[in-house]
Amino acid sequence: MNFIPADRYIADLMAEFDYAMDSQKASARTEPSRRSILKFGVAGAGLMLAFQLPTDAKAAPAAKGSKEFAPNVYVRVAPDGAIVIVSKGPEIGQGLKTAFPMIIAEELDANWDDIKVEQAMINQKLYGTQGAGGSTSIPLNWDLLRKAGATARAMLVSAAAQQWKVPASECVTDASVVTHTPTKRTLKYGELANLAATQPIPDEKTLKLKPRAEYKLIGTRKGGVDNVKVVTGEPLFGIDVVLPDMVYAAYEKCPATGGKAVSFNEAQIKAMPGIKDAFIVDGNGIVTEVMSGVAIIADSTWNAFKAKNALRVVWDESTASKDSWTGSRAKAHELLKKTPEKFPEKNGDVDATLKTAAKVVESSYEYAFVSHQPLEPQNCTAWFRGDEIEMWAPTQQPTRGQLAVAKMLGLPEEKVLVHQTRCGGGFGRRLMDDYMSEVAAIATRVKGPVKLTWTREDDFKHDFLRAGGFHQMTAGLDANGKLIAWRNHNVTYTADNKAPVAGSMRAGEFPVLLMANAENGQTMMPLVVPCGPWRAPGSNVTAFANQSFFHELSVAAGRDHVEFLLEVLGERRHLAPQTSGALNTGRAADVIKAAAERIGWGKAQPKGRGLGLAFFFCHAGHFAAAADVSVDANKRITIHKVAVVGDIGPIVNMSGSEAQCQGAVTDAVSTMMDLKIGFENGRVRESNLHEYPIVRMDKAPMNIEVHFIQSENSPTGVGEPALPPIAPAFANAIFAATGERVRQMPFSAQGFSI
Amino acid sequence: MVKLTVNGVERALDNVDPSTPLLWVLRDTLGLVGTKFGCGIAQCGACTVHLDGQPARACSVPVGSIGTQAVTTIEGLGTESKLHALQQAWIDHDVPQCGYCQAGQLMSAAALLKDKPAPTDADIDTAMAGNLCRCGTYIRIRQAIHSVAKGGVA
Repeated sequence: MNFIPADRYIADLMAEFDYAMDSQKASARTEPSRRSILKFGVAGAGLMLAFQLPTDAKAAPAAKGSKEFAPNVYVRVAPDGAIVIVSKGPEIGQGLKTAFPMIIAEELDANWDDIKVEQAMINQKLYGTQGAGGSTSIPLNWDLLRKAGATARAMLVSAAAQQWKVPASECVTDASVVTHTPTKRTLKYGELANLAATQPIPDEKTLKLKPRAEYKLIGTRKGGVDNVKVVTGEPLFGIDVVLPDMVYAAYEKCPATGGKAVSFNEAQIKAMPGIKDAFIVDGNGIVTEVMSGVAIIADSTWNAFKAKNALRVVWDESTASKDSWTGSRAKAHELLKKTPEKFPEKNGDVDATLKTAAKVVESSYEYAFVSHQPLEPQNCTAWFRGDEIEMWAPTQQPTRGQLAVAKMLGLPEEKVLVHQTRCGGGFGRRLMDDYMSEVAAIATRVKGPVKLTWTREDDFKHDFLRAGGFHQMTAGLDANGKLIAWRNHNVTYTADNKAPVAGSMRAGEFPVLLMANAENGQTMMPLVVPCGPWRAPGSNVTAFANQSFFHELSVAAGRDHVEFLLEVLGERRHLAPQTSGALNTGRAADVIKAAAERIGWGKAQPKGRGLGLAFFFCHAGHFAAAADVSVDANKRITIHKVAVVGDIGPIVNMSGSEAQCQGAVTDAVSTMMDLKIGFENGRVRESNLHEYPIVRMDKAPMNIEVHFIQSENSPTGVGEPALPPIAPAFANAIFAATGERVRQMPFSAQGFSI
Repeated sequence: MVKLTVNGVERALDNVDPSTPLLWVLRDTLGLVGTKFGCGIAQCGACTVHLDGQPARACSVPVGSIGTQAVTTIEGLGTESKLHALQQAWIDHDVPQCGYCQAGQLMSAAALLKDKPAPTDADIDTAMAGNLCRCGTYIRIRQAIHSVAKGGVA
């Protein structure tokens, strides 16, 4: 291989997410120190607050005497009463652009209708790393955003107290108004903006954050702040960016990762209508950045696409992927029967315990590769101006993209100006910024701005796939039907012959940490086809194998599945009390019981109908799902109901959080039923959506009950953890209805359909 | 030259090849970017517009084939100051997640309600099956459509 696979980049990213889930480390990293809270109060312009990371001690300059400020703020209160809240991270449909401002507005005691939300520019010095992934946005920013709001509120109160010459302790706030309680005098926040700007910044230790009982906004249902623009078709997304004299680019890469463009039918392409230029880009050989290809520059997207279709490229495929799905699948089935190459986790002595078992149960599961396919094709717009480049990027990782472009072009970070646009879906695909680096490389050869748009076919050819995988499960039950030994042998892939690709079974997955004699083994097969994180990476597939097997074990033991699961969880305890990233068996038991209750667990079912349940813990979220299905003689499934119960602490936006769970169920059902990606000779087989049947309304689950147990824990993310238990809940329900065990995703491989 | 009536305005387009899909004329030539590109092969419905009130996938309609049919895009369905009842329902039900498919969903829904003012679940499922939502907002879409069909009651 003479290029750099995606895995190092992704491993770094995943390590960052894991780190973020460690609540102590996370709060140490994001808590603004007193020194780092900077105030920009400018006469006549109101109050501005900026929170900087502790590493940046220098105040960013505010434009003096001007109402225009550098975008290094979270809160701005204008004299006319308008309140601007800056949302720091990307909006990919997960609702961050609404949830973040809700947290600030809660502590600010602002009237939600007064608030206008602005998207932050990318600036590591002011905001730290800006990105969305791993369901980390809420846990990572919860304290920071509350303090941002509380600080602003405290300064408004102190301004009012000064004006009235009363103690601040006699003033209360609500709906963007300060009231002096004894005299009932009131001042609106806007009226206080200028005076507030002159107040000293309160010591962080004196800030009083609200107790949950006093929340007025957090936990309510708020519609997305961009909804009006979405429904009226206003420009919002990366693909909607239009700049004066902009040209349009398409980019053709080798369909087998690692192939290099040698030559192409240049004269013919350049003679096509609207074509301004066409050239080979060598790229930097980094799969997450720029791989070799042919760029086409045209006067419209359509003319660029037409020329792209007419391209005849000679590729040097000497080091390109030759991977075969069918070949690797056959090999995996052989490897499954052997001893695992290594045991990333090993408690006690599984072999010895199995020998003492009254019953040993063996089973295997597998799942195909799948693709992300967010509906907005990858795209990015760039304007290279010699000593700087300005970019408009729909990405989950704008800071990482900025740094990669800066390095590639030899520019300082601050000369890569990145606007984050709304993203038409993420699901993990936009954690990689290849389109940013590609358009940056192209832009250096174009005068003026250029928008690169991928075709849907490009998105299929060049995704970072969720890896397929294989599991051989072995467990021992004692004479009382108690689980005493557990082994999960996962056969997966590796790009670097060292670590498994993203999306393989991860460390700490349920239930190994709970058992004295349990082990997770792994065997890796080489793979060049790029893999990456796909919504709840690792967990979304491991849950299928683990939780289906748990059900098998309860059946083998002749016990109730729920009761069997609860026994394995044991007494209520937090496995690593210092972190939010570790399983809490009490929270787990609570969601399992609640999901069982909501699906009507234990009720006798007619023939052909069954209930199934599953639990999983990931991304700091405890989630149980239950499904009620009927299966007819042709193995066609009717979904009567899905119940999802989660404990992620307090909910910030109830509407958005329920939507995330409804979406996770739909995504999971779609993927488990019918979706698969094949590849031969390094080339992905599926070319467009007609070969990749993502579920439509007519087959989607339409009766989904979502319930949150809002425990007294710090809030954590909701974008991912609801998804993993869905597929095993369905597989278990299908078994209950038919007696047939589902051993493969997609389920269509066993003839099931919806 | 291609003549086109878009959202009630007649447009004369020079230098547009009649074989160009309507989608790209809307987006790149007329700057109406509300109609979205999703797949390019009429599979996802993100580019749904109306031709004389009937839903059509703009990515697969050559602009030269439209003739005198009136083109309506999401920008012509309603505006912020004068929202279509469905647009208001989408806001009331907080339908969008990423939002990328919603212009197409709204255009399909608007065509459905013109045809069937009180659709059943099955009517809605059939009419909307050509529109993919990768985020999975189908439950809220169906609720929003019903709310308009019932005269705006959620």
